[in-house]
Amino acid sequence: MKPAAFDYVRADTFDEALATLAAEGGDARVIAGGQSLMAMLNMRLARPKVLVDIMRIGDLDRISEERGRIVVGAGVRQAKLLAWSELAAKLPLVALALPWTGHEQTRSRGTICGSVAHADPSAETPLCLIALDGEVHLRSARRQRVVAAKDYITGMMSTARQDDEMIEAVSFPIRAGSGYGFREVARRHGDFAIAACAAIAGANGIRLAVAGVADKPEARDWPDLDGSALDDALNAFAYELDARDDIHATARYRRDLVRQIGREVIMEARRCRA
Amino acid sequence: MPRLTATQRHVVRFRLNGRSVEGTAEPRMQLADFLRHELGATGTHVGCEHGVCGACTVTVDGMLARSCLTLAVQVDGCDVRTVEGLAPEQGRLSILQAAFRRHHGLQCGFCTPGILMSLDRYLRSNPSPTEGQLRELLSGHLCRCTGYTPIIRAAMEAAAMLASATQQEDHAHV
Repeated sequence: MKPAAFDYVRADTFDEALATLAAEGGDARVIAGGQSLMAMLNMRLARPKVLVDIMRIGDLDRISEERGRIVVGAGVRQAKLLAWSELAAKLPLVALALPWTGHEQTRSRGTICGSVAHADPSAETPLCLIALDGEVHLRSARRQRVVAAKDYITGMMSTARQDDEMIEAVSFPIRAGSGYGFREVARRHGDFAIAACAAIAGANGIRLAVAGVADKPEARDWPDLDGSALDDALNAFAYELDARDDIHATARYRRDLVRQIGREVIMEARRCRA
Repeated sequence: MPRLTATQRHVVRFRLNGRSVEGTAEPRMQLADFLRHELGATGTHVGCEHGVCGACTVTVDGMLARSCLTLAVQVDGCDVRTVEGLAPEQGRLSILQAAFRRHHGLQCGFCTPGILMSLDRYLRSNPSPTEGQLRELLSGHLCRCTGYTPIIRAAMEAAAMLASATQQEDHAHV
């Protein structure tokens, strides 16, 4: 299908984009790479009156290290972060997960922050952001604020962003000395995950984060469990996620994936732990 | 800060396969429709219109893009390349296109323009791909005729030919 009609604003500066959002409120949507939003516009699941294109704003596609965090600007395309020479050293989990985000043909347009703004429950970037205790940097004409990723995503494609705010950047803490594992099951590489699991093995225990099962990514922290204690924890987590049947998989199959690939990624993360 | 109103058509200019082109579009017009209906460049095909099938894949400033997930107004001033730009001259196919022909890499041909654009772009930066890499690249396209095997065969042969052509050029310069 074709999108419903909208005005198109090509912002040259941050202030112009924020002024438009302040004036139009909930009728405006920001477009960056457009790889999620354009599909929703085409299917008329989103019908904004105004589209604010931020990709011509200079300096928005920066990847920088600040106070132990990697800050990824709103204009950074997924392909750019994936090609960043320090990614595997600074953010090993993102290096593992990002190749699963869409396809070569969509990563070349889609942005990291756009994926977080869209907050699809099966998406890899929000999963990594929650697993790593990342933060979302929001800005409006009134104020700037930083929200923890777990508080930012409130449900299926729902976030704590106010109508006049836009994501300026997201930031991932650098966690030295931890081991990481990531695995995902989808119908076809690059399709939406039926279940995706990310594990972090640190000095004090393990964290498992799961996407594609609940209505947003969920994480649990455990001590270094093993054997049947780990099985029990995984089983309890699988049920807590409240999986549902859909056209792609049954709830039971999803719980099975959490138990199976959850265990696999935890083992992988432990092997990689320094 | 330009604001293009919803109900009017606005001038859009960019380079298409090396030539300056111009047309008018409402803000909501997809690049795919602009190419086909406004410019008459019907080589780019429109399949699913939500970024899944890959038939409409083009390049924008050298990066692969779904032209159904791109607005015409977004590419104003950009360098756009489509399947029409692949052949070196009228009546002569590119190495990749010729390999598709030899290996029957297409049957109905609907998905082919997008697949050719992906492979052309990919082989430029990855001259010695593995079959696994090509299969992963092609996961961004749907073909309902070939079963993909002849496409892979054509792409592997084209990669080898392009690599040896480049080597010969290097020798020529030495």
